[in-house]
Amino acid sequence: MAKYKLKINGKVKEVEADPTTPMLWVLRDTLNMPGTKYGCGIAMCGACTIHLNGMAVRSCQMLVSSIGNQEVTTIEGLSENATHPVQKAWLEHDVAQCGYCQSGQIMSAAALLKNNPNPSDEDIEASMSGNICRCGTYLRIKEAIKTAAKK
Amino acid sequence: MKNTNNFNRRSFLKSSALAGGGLLLSFNWFTEAKAAEVMILPADWSELTGYIKITPDNVIKILCPNPEFGQNVMTSLPMIIAEELDVDWSEVKVEMGPHDNVKLGPQFTGGSNSVRMYWKPLREAGAAARQMLCQAAAKTWNVPVNEITTKAGVLYHLNGKSAKYGEMASLAASLKVPQGMVLKTPKDFSIVNKSKKNIEGQKVVTGKPLFGIDYHVDGMLIAMIQHPPAFGMKLKSFDASQALKMPGIKDVFSIKLYDEDFVQGGFDTRTFNEMIAVVGNSTWEVMNARKKLKAQWEASGDSKNIVNGRGGKTEVVVPGRLETSSNQMQMMAEYAKMPAKELRKDGDPEAAFKNAATIIERTYNAPFLAHNCMEPMNFFAHVQEDKALVAGPIQAPGWMEPTLASILKLPPEKIEIQMTRMGGGFGRRAYAQYAYEVARISQKMKAPVKLIYSREDDMTYGIYRPMYTATYRAALDANKKLIGFHVIGGGIPESPIHANRFPAGAVDNYLAESWEIPTNITIGAFRAPRSNFNAAAEQSFLDEVAEAMGKDPIELRLEMLKRAKENPVGKNNEYDAERYAAVLELVKEKSGWGKSENGKYNRGVAAYFCHNSYAAHVVDMVTRDGEPYVEQVTSAIDCGIVINPDAAINMVQGAVVDGIGQSFYGGMTFKDGKADHNNFNTYRMIRHNEAPKSIDVHFVQNEIDPTGLGEPPFPPVFGAVANALYKNTGKRHYNQPFMKGDGGEV
Repeated sequence: MAKYKLKINGKVKEVEADPTTPMLWVLRDTLNMPGTKYGCGIAMCGACTIHLNGMAVRSCQMLVSSIGNQEVTTIEGLSENATHPVQKAWLEHDVAQCGYCQSGQIMSAAALLKNNPNPSDEDIEASMSGNICRCGTYLRIKEAIKTAAKK
Repeated sequence: MKNTNNFNRRSFLKSSALAGGGLLLSFNWFTEAKAAEVMILPADWSELTGYIKITPDNVIKILCPNPEFGQNVMTSLPMIIAEELDVDWSEVKVEMGPHDNVKLGPQFTGGSNSVRMYWKPLREAGAAARQMLCQAAAKTWNVPVNEITTKAGVLYHLNGKSAKYGEMASLAASLKVPQGMVLKTPKDFSIVNKSKKNIEGQKVVTGKPLFGIDYHVDGMLIAMIQHPPAFGMKLKSFDASQALKMPGIKDVFSIKLYDEDFVQGGFDTRTFNEMIAVVGNSTWEVMNARKKLKAQWEASGDSKNIVNGRGGKTEVVVPGRLETSSNQMQMMAEYAKMPAKELRKDGDPEAAFKNAATIIERTYNAPFLAHNCMEPMNFFAHVQEDKALVAGPIQAPGWMEPTLASILKLPPEKIEIQMTRMGGGFGRRAYAQYAYEVARISQKMKAPVKLIYSREDDMTYGIYRPMYTATYRAALDANKKLIGFHVIGGGIPESPIHANRFPAGAVDNYLAESWEIPTNITIGAFRAPRSNFNAAAEQSFLDEVAEAMGKDPIELRLEMLKRAKENPVGKNNEYDAERYAAVLELVKEKSGWGKSENGKYNRGVAAYFCHNSYAAHVVDMVTRDGEPYVEQVTSAIDCGIVINPDAAINMVQGAVVDGIGQSFYGGMTFKDGKADHNNFNTYRMIRHNEAPKSIDVHFVQNEIDPTGLGEPPFPPVFGAVANALYKNTGKRHYNQPFMKGDGGEV
């Protein structure tokens, strides 16, 4: 076990964890921040997507010991009260069915728009293809991203 | 998951005062049956219940009886109450109800039944509550009740007096519940059939702890189970000494799911009866410790399960062999040639085939499918000496309660079941063995415990969609008229055949037969069970028959349905030929079927009836990067009155995407009993770039009481994809998944 000071959603959080612990489980178990979801554990589904210095990463592959000073943003920290344009667009298009994958979808979409404010359909498909939606809400996700891009 | 139209239990509404004043309207639906009796008679669960609570300060709360797994019942069911109650939807607070089969009914999410079965009782509840509020206002104002009107949660008298519902709620609670309410006519609906946003949308997009896997109580332990590595294997012995030395680990022990003499209910599936439980402080620690287990497994041999499902108590012999998919395929081919059980026979099919000028015969195969809900199976339990609390994702809390009571040796009333939002279900979470496992673990640990399956555990545990095959034969006379139709189908371990569905009723000489092969690979309901295979096979076959007859595939179906409507063959035809034809007509019109501007697409059509609804799709395929790609889909659905149109469109679009994904890529195969896939790196799921660019959904507009929607749009996608694929590749595809080549992986 080791102690880490992590910058999460603009606050410093002190945690004690085994250095090999993925951020996913530090967030979910240690910090009781369950918005970041466990889906596959091997970076194949995207449910656990968070931002590391604004870049979308799979938290199931990010060891707590590798985070250092980097800024971690989770779905809980994306905005206060769903005011981020991506969250607003998700509500406008009523995207969710079961909703389980949507934290990861939203985090991937928010990172995409940060780097590419006006993505084409192909850009969206390419950067969102790592996020599986078992309910099949892909069309609405794409529409929501386009709506968010306009804001 | 049998559907039934038998409404054989009468319910009554009951009003009482809320603590602190206000109206609580509840139901008691099982006045003629004990809850326990109903547990083993799911087919009779026909009338359901809800709660309406109105407080003096005008908080209007509606409890959703059925668990939410993405079908949007937490929004649509309360909408039905709110419609008749006449309240402002934006002021309604919705909560998931507690598990209470007496007050809230069966609370079963599955079989596309939620809206269909709750429709009438929830409307009656809303109307009764509204009437009681009107009566309370009439009393208070000392005016005749017929001079009271309501609008959006406010009571009005024609002389200008008004009051919010909350003001009259306490008095209303003291009144007798009116019977035989006149319900609104559809043209007066102001909430139903108007799109409303997902009631939990805000919580979803902000990552609130909605799901079972998010369930947390202080001091809770985390558990994982290690199940045998293959179907047909069991635990021989294990050494936990290394695992126990790992940090954060509390205990390692084996658990038995059921006692030896346990009589399984119809949904108590038994994949592995003994597993190793690893319990510790955190998920990562438990995952790591589990890797240190040293377990020996052995062949389980044949076993016997006593199952008390529909049709009474039966002994089921489960073969112990270690199965391999290629052998399963071979076995199915052998069974298909043997005498089978006749399910339906009309006319003289033998003579029709004997006299046929042309016989078309085709065989279709489909593999096991893993549900792969995005939220892996998990459940929380806190079992104490005299009571238990369990919480998590479950489609059928009422079915798990008696089993939990039996396992824990507690009376059912001492077991509290909380239903969390589910990260997908698709049928998988009707089978609660993960809840039994954690109940066992919590009982042993004497502590609150959350059990989590890893993705690998989830994918390799079984309870799959069965493996199916069917051979279809059509007899054509010298004039290319269809004179005979024969289907023989089977599967591992169940047959897919619905003998009384189309084209039964449309062909003079018809024969349906079926057979089954037992297996130790456990199976369960998977979105539109059996239909999801039949629609693929039958609808591909009809495409080929139409081609052989020189007819347009929609025209052939419409001709057959016309026959079935005007002069149906045989009895017990399950479908309404007119409604079936109407979705084909609608999809034909909306897709521009046969129009030259659509010549750039490789088009396939299919239609199907299941779960009391009708669905038809036209799939437009193109070649992209050298691969077949579904670019757009047009869908026509008749599910009666649509409660929440935008959410219903979302559901149909999702079913289309799901159907394309499963038919292209889905499939679980086995080698010596071991699942060939355990995660999304090799079990391929449809992704963003593989989804169509547009899915245009149209509903038949009618005033028929709502029928199912979660499942019906799914099965015909398979057939439409297969038929489009033929146009795209020039080759018929008979074996799913289509994208792995004929024969698939197996």
